[in-house]
Amino acid sequence: MSQYQENATIIRFEQLTDTNVRLTLQTEEIAQAAKPGQFVMIRAGKSKDPLLRRPFSIHQTSSNGRMQVLFKVTGRGTGLLAHCKEGETLSVFGPLGRGFSIDPARPVCLVGGGMGIAPLLFLAKRICQVKQNTETDMIVLGGRTRKEIEPLLSDFQFFDIGIMTVTDDGSLGMHGMVTDVLKTLSLPNNCIVYTCGPEPMMKSVAALCREQKVDCQVSVESVMACGMGACLGCTIKAKDDRYVHVCSDGPVFKTEDLGWNL
Amino acid sequence: MEFVGNHDPFPDLRVKIGALELQNPVLTASGTFGYAREFVDLVNLHRLGGVVVKGISLFPRMGNPPPRIVETACGMLNAIGLENVGVDRFIELKMPYLRGIDTQIIVNILGDSLEEYRHITEKLSQVPGIAAIEVNISCPNVKKGGVAFGSDPDMAAAVTRVVRDNTSLPVIVKLSPNVTDISLIAMAVEQAGADAVSLINTLIGMAIDLRTKRPCLANVIGGLSGPAIKPVALRMVYLVARSVSIPVIGIGGIESAEDALEFMLAGATAVQVGTASFINPRASEEVVEGIGDYVIREKLQSVRDIIGALESD
Repeated sequence: MSQYQENATIIRFEQLTDTNVRLTLQTEEIAQAAKPGQFVMIRAGKSKDPLLRRPFSIHQTSSNGRMQVLFKVTGRGTGLLAHCKEGETLSVFGPLGRGFSIDPARPVCLVGGGMGIAPLLFLAKRICQVKQNTETDMIVLGGRTRKEIEPLLSDFQFFDIGIMTVTDDGSLGMHGMVTDVLKTLSLPNNCIVYTCGPEPMMKSVAALCREQKVDCQVSVESVMACGMGACLGCTIKAKDDRYVHVCSDGPVFKTEDLGWNL
Repeated sequence: MEFVGNHDPFPDLRVKIGALELQNPVLTASGTFGYAREFVDLVNLHRLGGVVVKGISLFPRMGNPPPRIVETACGMLNAIGLENVGVDRFIELKMPYLRGIDTQIIVNILGDSLEEYRHITEKLSQVPGIAAIEVNISCPNVKKGGVAFGSDPDMAAAVTRVVRDNTSLPVIVKLSPNVTDISLIAMAVEQAGADAVSLINTLIGMAIDLRTKRPCLANVIGGLSGPAIKPVALRMVYLVARSVSIPVIGIGGIESAEDALEFMLAGATAVQVGTASFINPRASEEVVEGIGDYVIREKLQSVRDIIGALESD
């Protein structure tokens, strides 16, 4: 797995909602090497404060060396990135971590919540490339409101995969949570569920998968300094009470490998 | 006779830390460069003066619960808790790769008792490819009620002596800044046989999340590193370099050649690049390149000319 550090030009800046931003970056080598579920570390500005890079999952890549990241402004780092202009450059480092594992022979269900939808676009794209038939596959997109989900929906409609939406306030799709949608689906036994979103959401998806004896892969998030296994700052509990590192052992894990008390 | 004509100059960057010869004065700091292999895609490892690997203990350590790190103004706090694979697995799994790098491999060691320091030193001394040992004395001495070895001159000297007596490798003692007078500790470890001192380790600090009313780190306190600590480190290097006659290795917020050269002016013979490697994985190699450029630009005979060359009235 090769990693690159690039000065990436911002090709396109999209303010999707008040708080949500999508950046399109020209990153020749990273875009070429990236796999769904991997992430990049981006430096927000060039000064010593804020000091550390910020991790972002890769939203999608293109064959002409472009890459997108999608994020919500939550603090100073993302706040600075939300003030970037097209034509400026950002220092991007990646691709990092272990992504989703894909089995072309098995049906899949992608479950994203909020900004957790970001890596699922890249995954859906790859699944459509490697699978002959996606008829029984499903994408579930959840969020708080219509405003949050709607700008992302059209990208997923390019695929030949059924989409269901669900919002906390019922303003788009079903009223409720992603697990409410999952309960209405009868997931085939050999199905793989891929999920990314807030931790409580991923835990309830994982619990449901366990009940239904279905494999589940989760993409987890952590604060991290380096993103490459050097700082050892991004630990989470694994199943046998040991620690694993989100950056190098993950960010995608099989749920049974994590120390989640489901 | 010198080359005539317009040839690329080849700066002399060699320095000596006791018996340890470095091709240039730039090392990577322990705990910020993994076991070097993590960086091979990004850094030409052969260009570094040396690699100081992640601190190794006698037995594997799991480290602290998360959250382990938090960003602060121009720096970060960490409470990793010395997570490492233990000396036996280090020798078996990490040394074969490290041995293949054309640079000096320095192993940072830590322990909770003198016995542990002795055992680990004995084990490492049998291993080919290790150039020196760096002794982390910031760990608490379990037998003496958890007081850090590094905060008491007698205890610091005792650890140094144990390592010194059990190896023929050069011994570098890494000093903690969390003491009243770092020069006293430096003189004590020099007396006890240290070949060099490296400083500073992280400064103890704390961060609080007002929203949750909780400490940001699960361990409550952590070690501060990054550009925020550079002035503190520079002063301590300056003081220690005047107090001991063994070489001093400067550490603390170094991210550029300019930073490194300032430490050398203050009296450091070599430097370590730490937290900067997290932000720019190439930082250590860029410091080597920048020091070379400086030596050429300033027409120095060698980088050694600048060690301790601070001018004052």
